[in-house]
Amino acid sequence: MSPLAASLLKVAACLGLMLANGVVMIWMLRKVLGHLHLRYGPLEAGPSGIFQTTMDVLKLLTKEDVTPNAADRALFYVAPLAVFVPSLAAYAALPFAPELRAVRLDAGLLYTFAALSLVPIGILMAGWASANKWSLIGGMRAAAQQIAYEVPLLLSVLPIVMLVGSADLGRIVEAQSGVWAGFLPRWFIFDPLLLPTFVVFAVAALIETNQTPFDMSEAESELVAGWATEYSAMKFGLLFLSEFSNQFIISALAVTLFFGGWLLPWVPESVSVALAPVTFLLKTYVGIFMLMWIRGTYPRVRIDTLMQLGWKRLIPISLALVVVMGVVIKALPALARVVG
Amino acid sequence: MPETVNGIAFFLLAFATIGGAVMMLSTRNVVHAAFWLLETMLATAGLYLLLDAEFLALVQVLVYAGAVSVLVLFTIMLTLRRREDAVRPFEPGWGGMALAALFGGAMLVAISRAQLPAAKLPEAPPTVADFGRVLFTQWAVPFEIASLVLLVALVGAVWWSGGDRR
Repeated sequence: MSPLAASLLKVAACLGLMLANGVVMIWMLRKVLGHLHLRYGPLEAGPSGIFQTTMDVLKLLTKEDVTPNAADRALFYVAPLAVFVPSLAAYAALPFAPELRAVRLDAGLLYTFAALSLVPIGILMAGWASANKWSLIGGMRAAAQQIAYEVPLLLSVLPIVMLVGSADLGRIVEAQSGVWAGFLPRWFIFDPLLLPTFVVFAVAALIETNQTPFDMSEAESELVAGWATEYSAMKFGLLFLSEFSNQFIISALAVTLFFGGWLLPWVPESVSVALAPVTFLLKTYVGIFMLMWIRGTYPRVRIDTLMQLGWKRLIPISLALVVVMGVVIKALPALARVVG
Repeated sequence: MPETVNGIAFFLLAFATIGGAVMMLSTRNVVHAAFWLLETMLATAGLYLLLDAEFLALVQVLVYAGAVSVLVLFTIMLTLRRREDAVRPFEPGWGGMALAALFGGAMLVAISRAQLPAAKLPEAPPTVADFGRVLFTQWAVPFEIASLVLLVALVGAVWWSGGDRR
C-alpha cells in the first residue's frame, strides 16, 4: 500500500474513533450525571436510552444553521474547524497497543500537548467571531485559562520524561511493565515520587479539558453557553465533539503516563499484548468516568481563583517536583559513586 | 513517489507561509491580522517538519502558535475599546514607505551576499535525545545565557508593571 493511502486510512481511523467516542461519551455523560443527581437520564430511545445520542446527531444535522448578522463571517466559519482539527490531530501519537498507533514519534508526548495547545485559540476565535458579549467573555476566559495551565501541565510530565529518558509514549508505557514487591504493578502512579506529579497533572488536565470545576469558558449558569452561545446545528456539533474528544485524549494521556497504558499486570505478556487495545480503552473510559464524577460533584471556581491556583501554586510545585526528580535520579547516584 | 509528495507539500506550505504573511500585512482588521500571523507560524512549523526537524516543529507550534499568538490576541482584544475599532484605515506615509524600501533593499543585499551552507541532510534525522545531548554539552553556555536573559526580562516585566505596592 502506498504511504499516502496508508496515511489517509490512519486519519480516517482516528476520525472514526473520534466520532464514535463522541456518541458514546454524550450518552455516558447523561447517564452518569443523571445517576449522580438521583435521576435516570435518557430512557426512551432504545434500551437505557442508548440511541438518544444517535437521534441528537440526526437532529443537529437537520437543524437550521444560524449565523448572527453582526458576526465576523470568515472567522465564524473557521472557528469550529480550528477547534476540531487540532483535537483530531492529537490522536496520532496515542499508543493503543505495542504496534497500534498512527505514527511513532520520538517526542510523542510533546506532540500531543502541542496539538491540544491549539484548541483554546479556536475557542477564542469562536468567542470573538460571534459578536456576542457572552461568547467573548467565554473566549477570553479560555485564553486566560490556557496561559495559566499550560506551563504546569508541561512541567508536570517532565519528571516522567526524566525517569524514562524518552518522550516517546510507547517507551513510557514499556517502562511501566512488571511488578514491584511481587504484586504492585510498576505503574508510575504507585511511584511515591510521581504521585504528587499526578496530582498536579490531574488539576492541570481538568483545566485543559474545560471540565467542571474549571469550566468558566462555558459556564452555562452565567454565560448561556459561553463561547458556543451563537453556534447552532452541526457547527455546534463539531465544537462539542471536540470538547468530548479532548476529554478522551487527556484521559488516554493520563492512562499512558501514570496507569501503565495498554499493560495488564499479573498476566503473561502474550495475554497483555493480545488484549492491549481493549485494556487501553477500558482504562481510558474509567478515567472519563472519574472526570464525569468530578463534574457532577464540585461547583465551579472563579476565574481569578483559577489564575491564583495556576500561577502561584501549580507552577512552583511542578518546578520543585522536577528538581526533586533530578536530585533523586542523577545527583544521588552520582554522590553514591563518589562516596562508595 | 515520496519526493513528489514532499515537493507538493513544500509548495503548499510555502504558499501558506508567504500568503499568510501577505494577508497579515494587507488585512485592515487587527484581529484577522493576528490570526494570519498564527497561520504563518503553523505553516512554518510544517516546513520544519518536512526537513525532519521534528522537535523544532513541535516547539514552534507549542511556543509560537500555542502561546505567543494567544498573548497577541489577548492583548489586542483587551485593548480594543469597541468592536468596530478592530478595523483600521490604511494610511501610507512617505516615511513608512522609505523605511520599507530601505529594509527591503538591505534584506536583498544581505541575502544575495550570504554564503548559504551546502544543503546536505544527514543520513538519519537526529533524534530528540541527540538534540538534548548537544544542547546541554556543546551549547550549554549559550543556552544558559539565553535562559538568563529571559529570566531578567520576566523579572523586569513584573517589576515594571508594578502590582499593588507601587
